[in-house]
Amino acid sequence: MDTPDSNSTEVISTPVPTETTVIEDRTRRNADNLEVKGGGGLETRGLHAWFNKHHALADVSLHFPENTVTGLIGPSGCGKSTFLRMLNRMHEFIPKASMAGEVLFEGRDIYATDVNPIEIRRRIGMVFQKPNPFPAMNIGENVIAGLKLAKIKVKDKDTLIEECLTRAGLWKEVKDRLKAPGGSLSGGQQQRLCIARSLALQPDVLLLDEPCSALDPGSTLRVEETIVQLSESMTVVIVTHNMQQAARVSDYCAFFLSDGGPGRLVEADLTTNMFSNPRDTRTADYVQGRFG
Amino acid sequence: MTDTATTPERRRLTTNYTPVDRVFRGSMTAGALFSLVVLALIAAFLLYRGFEIFSDFGFSFITGEVWNIGDPMDTSTAVLGIGAMLVGSVLTAVIAILIAVPFAMSAALFIEYYAPKSVRTALTALLDLVAAIPSVIYGIWGYAVLLPIVEDWSVPLERWLDFIPIFDVPSGIFGRSPFLAGLLLSLMITPIVTSVAREVYGQAPRDLVDASYALGGTKWGAIRNVVLPFGRSGLVGGAMLGLGRALGETVAVYLTLNLVFDINFRILGSAGGNVASLIATKFGEATPYELKALMAAGLVLFLVTLLVNFLATVIVNRSRRIV
Amino acid sequence: MTTALAPTAVPAQRRPWNRRRQTVVRSGILVLASLAISYGLTETTELGGILGFYLGLALCLPVLVFAESIRHGWNVAVDRVAASVIVAAFGAVLIPWASIFLTVYRKGSKAFHAGYLTEDMRITPSSDPLQFGGVAHAIVGTLIMVLIASAIAVPLGITAAVYIVEVKGRFAGFVRFLTQAMSGVPSIVAGLFIYATVVIFFGGFSAWAGALAYVILMLPTVARTAEEVLKLVPDELRSASYALGASQARTTFRVVLPTIASGLVTSAILGVARVAGETAPLILTASYFVATSTNLNEPIASLPIYIFSSLGLGDDNATTRAWGGSLVLLIVVFVLFALARTLSTRLSRK
Repeated sequence: MDTPDSNSTEVISTPVPTETTVIEDRTRRNADNLEVKGGGGLETRGLHAWFNKHHALADVSLHFPENTVTGLIGPSGCGKSTFLRMLNRMHEFIPKASMAGEVLFEGRDIYATDVNPIEIRRRIGMVFQKPNPFPAMNIGENVIAGLKLAKIKVKDKDTLIEECLTRAGLWKEVKDRLKAPGGSLSGGQQQRLCIARSLALQPDVLLLDEPCSALDPGSTLRVEETIVQLSESMTVVIVTHNMQQAARVSDYCAFFLSDGGPGRLVEADLTTNMFSNPRDTRTADYVQGRFG
Repeated sequence: MTDTATTPERRRLTTNYTPVDRVFRGSMTAGALFSLVVLALIAAFLLYRGFEIFSDFGFSFITGEVWNIGDPMDTSTAVLGIGAMLVGSVLTAVIAILIAVPFAMSAALFIEYYAPKSVRTALTALLDLVAAIPSVIYGIWGYAVLLPIVEDWSVPLERWLDFIPIFDVPSGIFGRSPFLAGLLLSLMITPIVTSVAREVYGQAPRDLVDASYALGGTKWGAIRNVVLPFGRSGLVGGAMLGLGRALGETVAVYLTLNLVFDINFRILGSAGGNVASLIATKFGEATPYELKALMAAGLVLFLVTLLVNFLATVIVNRSRRIV
Repeated sequence: MTTALAPTAVPAQRRPWNRRRQTVVRSGILVLASLAISYGLTETTELGGILGFYLGLALCLPVLVFAESIRHGWNVAVDRVAASVIVAAFGAVLIPWASIFLTVYRKGSKAFHAGYLTEDMRITPSSDPLQFGGVAHAIVGTLIMVLIASAIAVPLGITAAVYIVEVKGRFAGFVRFLTQAMSGVPSIVAGLFIYATVVIFFGGFSAWAGALAYVILMLPTVARTAEEVLKLVPDELRSASYALGASQARTTFRVVLPTIASGLVTSAILGVARVAGETAPLILTASYFVATSTNLNEPIASLPIYIFSSLGLGDDNATTRAWGGSLVLLIVVFVLFALARTLSTRLSRK
């Protein structure tokens, strides 16, 4: 694995295909019935992703309104997770990965040569599918692990730990056993611990990659509650296979689909519109469960 | 609602093997236990032949510093002790470990996390190749090439560090020293330690490394917080394997360390020896009584390396099971 | 099916995070700078000689790297220093091994002449000029002992592996543990054991004794590699054979072993590579002999002892012969190693 840090751009040229694309491009370029409020906005423009020669994601332009939850939905293998990882510059850890397009955070392209990806990852946090608390640390240490890694000094560790665990909806359950090892919690608790860990860095955006797929229904509901609460203070993007979850949790939805080629954004809209009155037939088919 | 009333009794299954298979299984078992037989025989014979020495000298054989045959006709005049050699074995092996481990860790981390993936198989192959270099070649190179270099280094080293006893050399004779032998041994055991370390570091859980990056950590942060703690027990096991090899190494030490019967901790000075090179040196012209002493020494060496390798295997296996 | 729009052009693939050219340039400058500074230090201060230079380098490089990258923040600086130390340490470790290969080649090739591989030392004292004499006796001796040892150790090793993997007897874990314990026996102890038994009993050094010492050292390697290779055979193969009513013996010999035949050969080769270079046991068992011999009951020559004894003579020509022997031995080990690797890659490709 490389630690990338950007300075020079390497361009790999690809021949432009001469055949015409068969699917109709009806991507909504903007959820334009909501204003962008000041800085902190996250937006992608014409984003492409490749794994070596394999074109995984094509031309995704999507705007994430502040303090909302956007759900990325679509059948498996259409690039949702790849797209998510491009938002916090984790995509580049895969050997022979390449990209095109821009990801704008607070108006600036995060892939610009003068941007430090480490800073980006602190302000755009990520929670993974399988809960991964550090086993060698106890619960309290796990919460502030990000700060320890960044060598950021914390004046009042205990208050911060309590605050993060409360926001993650875990405080009441673990407040008496902060010294217990991180691995001693149940799956749902571990996932909320990972959320608390990300929160300690006070990110502007939180990315969640199918956070509940490894959890039981009870834990899932609790994590979903947490996600909705978090959106009051940050932008949340969540990849999910579960349409009911998307309907419960997200304000906006973006539907991805691949026709055998690269994954593309088919439609993006308010969740309520997407489910009751989708514009594209493929969206309608998917949300009604005709495939997926 | 009677389905779980009683669970039926479990049947014991036995296999009656055909005569062909019984012979097959029996002979395979016998062949496999051959190694047990050999190990036991080694210990038994060395003990048998060396027993007289242990009864004559008791514990002082292990601690004594003097190796004096005395009058060959009268074995009661002999004073034999491998203490100096045991210290030498341990000293050179410890020096070897202290040098080899940091370099092995660096090499393992380099191969797994810093080298481009295309080079990784080539580097691993190179590592295996270097591990196969015979010790006599290390010995001859150590004598011809490394010795003058280390001699050169020992002079300024002694000058700067002579306030620390182990670096002081009052005799002013450098050359074949425990430091040289230890350095050469470290070269010989680095491939083994690196291989084990590389295997363990490569198995560090990727999702924890990902989590570390996602929190805005650097590559070194991920290594320090995830990979190194994860690989600690594997590394210890690998180091002990290297230690076992270093303790028993004969020819390389023979060529780079003079046999001096003096418990010597001055690593830059020309004195020392280890048990294995003692056996090799004295063997040619040993009296029958001395031969028995060499057998006894061999037994001690055998037991020590057996113990170290046993511990190493346990630790390495335990680290593998955690994966 | 919807109609096509205007063709969308696919933009060029980029890797904006890739800064290989800039890192190389930057690292190059830093390395050169530290080299220059350490050289300067050795000239001007007490720090003398090569040791001083290396020490200076070891101090300079991290400091310079740190100074250059601290402007990006503490974490990046520590990360870069760690990277430079790790890479430098790896490079440092490669230097002695490269030196070994180069020295053996350089000094050893001086001893080579037309008859080097076919003549022996029966009429040539080691101090004679280098165009006389050769290593034929050593090669033949090593070959003989290795062949005998393989004939014993390879079947036994495969047997142990078969016991562990196929028969899965009660002692399987114990046997595996024993094999690992046996691999830790120092070579001199193996030699001592054979001396204490065979040599004393039969009254003299012999090729037999040497071969038996080899067996003790080869067996664990063969057994362990054979076990790993046997484990690669998929269980479906065995199930198919048993389902056809074959006995375990037949399944093992007709189905399992032939499947990984090349793997078993690899384990034999690795065992040979392990022992071909061992000196210590031979000192106590086969000793040495200057002529090419096939008499198994007498001392016999071998490459390692040839090297070892030539070295002990202190004569310049003898020492060069020792290097020549080293070169031959190294080539032998190389060839065995390459053979084992090609066989094992072919096995894994199946």
